[in-house]
Amino acid sequence: MSEQMNLTLKVWRQKNKNEKGRFVTYQAKEISEDMSFLEMLDVVNEENTKKGEDPIYFDHDCREGICGMCSLVINGRPHGPEYGTTTCQLHMRHFHDGQTIVIEPWRAAAFPVLKDLAVDRTAFERIQQAGGYININTGGVPDANEIPIPKRIADQAFESATCIGCGACVAACKNASAALFVSAKIAQFAHLPQGQTERYERAQAMVDQMDAEGFGSCTNTGACEAECPVGIKLDNIALMNKEYFTAKLFREEDIH
Amino acid sequence: MSKSKPLLSSTLGKKLIMSLTGIFLCLFLVVHLIGNLQLFKDDAGYAFNTYAHFMTNFTPIKIVSILLYLTFVLHAVYALVITRKNKAARPIGYNQSSGNANSKWNSRNMGVLGTIILIFLVTHMQNFWWKYHNDQVPYVQYEKNLDTQEVTSQALSSDEFTNYLVTYKTAENGDAIEVIKSQDLYQQVEYAFENIGLVLLYVIAMAALSFHLIHGFQSAFQTLGFKHRRYIGTIRFLGIWVFGVIIPIAFAAIPVYIYLVR
Repeated sequence: MSEQMNLTLKVWRQKNKNEKGRFVTYQAKEISEDMSFLEMLDVVNEENTKKGEDPIYFDHDCREGICGMCSLVINGRPHGPEYGTTTCQLHMRHFHDGQTIVIEPWRAAAFPVLKDLAVDRTAFERIQQAGGYININTGGVPDANEIPIPKRIADQAFESATCIGCGACVAACKNASAALFVSAKIAQFAHLPQGQTERYERAQAMVDQMDAEGFGSCTNTGACEAECPVGIKLDNIALMNKEYFTAKLFREEDIH
Repeated sequence: MSKSKPLLSSTLGKKLIMSLTGIFLCLFLVVHLIGNLQLFKDDAGYAFNTYAHFMTNFTPIKIVSILLYLTFVLHAVYALVITRKNKAARPIGYNQSSGNANSKWNSRNMGVLGTIILIFLVTHMQNFWWKYHNDQVPYVQYEKNLDTQEVTSQALSSDEFTNYLVTYKTAENGDAIEVIKSQDLYQQVEYAFENIGLVLLYVIAMAALSFHLIHGFQSAFQTLGFKHRRYIGTIRFLGIWVFGVIIPIAFAAIPVYIYLVR
């Protein structure tokens, strides 16, 4: 039999994009330590629904830590107090009976709150659309391993490609900078031969879009790296800067 | 087809300016410290004062110093521009934040540290740079025996001084004597550091400089894209130990030494 706990939640409630939000206090009773954080919120929402109240709105999808949908700043930390985990994979055993938990949405001008704890992260999608892809001619399926890629390079690209686009980097950054996300998306292609054709156009286009969305600039505090649930490294940002400055100072290509 | 935005309009371009000006200012610190170490010499300021005259009158150095003032201004102005943009990127802050869990205090407060350094700089320039350039420091005359290298000094009144002057004469025993009339910045430094308040300000400012550079030096190279396991250790060592510890302590030692020993 696992331990049960009672918690006080201070949750950000906001009807929609335009209305002002505020904190509302809820009691979460008889919470099992084996529950995930989202399951705990499900229990609270069930109570709210029974009482005829509007349930707390939060983003979630796979609940396996791979889709990047869940968010939540829990006691001042994106995805909660554990390192290298998403909110859905955060278990209640990391909290204790009687604790007060403050739950807030990602805070950034580029991530407007849609309702309660859910924010609009389409800014990330527009950045991806600006250059986070490669153009190839469709046709017959190419043979596997036709293009030789050293294991070390493949690993680097894969590490960057691990980014799930959850936005915790933006939430953690004191400047709400999207540098870690954008740099991971640039780096995954910059490492690989398939990404070379549009390499410098991509860096410029994605950085331009990042700025247009109103994200802040990178101060290299490392908060993003520390809070990233999948361990994207600051090295990606150094690489993005190098790609961008190389494009601006030494290359001819403009962007499409 | 649309063109990409100009370099300096981007957040990355603005950080490039911060990075390059920051590294240039770090280089200046090295030169400034080497010169100032002459204040530790117990030679009535002969070495320091002749050096100060050289640094303020040699044309290439005058050109570099104008570049330096410009660099300071650029670094501060861009810091303001970037900070304003960063604040706008998060209009509503968090109710709870635990920054220490994911980053270092100094990396999040470079602006606060920079402001302390700026306040210090204004006082510093007023005390020495302004007074030196506006004839508000004492005067001194050195007589250096070129055969024995012995230096004697005597204070000059303002009537006896017109401008920096090097003349030569022969002593009674036939030794060649170099006579230098100079402004006595060395003496001015000693006067200034009789004030414990000023000494404290200098120590606090150097502590701020230390924390500023422990983050700033490494950060500048990260911004430039220099990150490779081959030299990351060297950059880290220079940033923390040379620019973060040795240089600020050496600078802070000057007012402390003068206050306690002289």
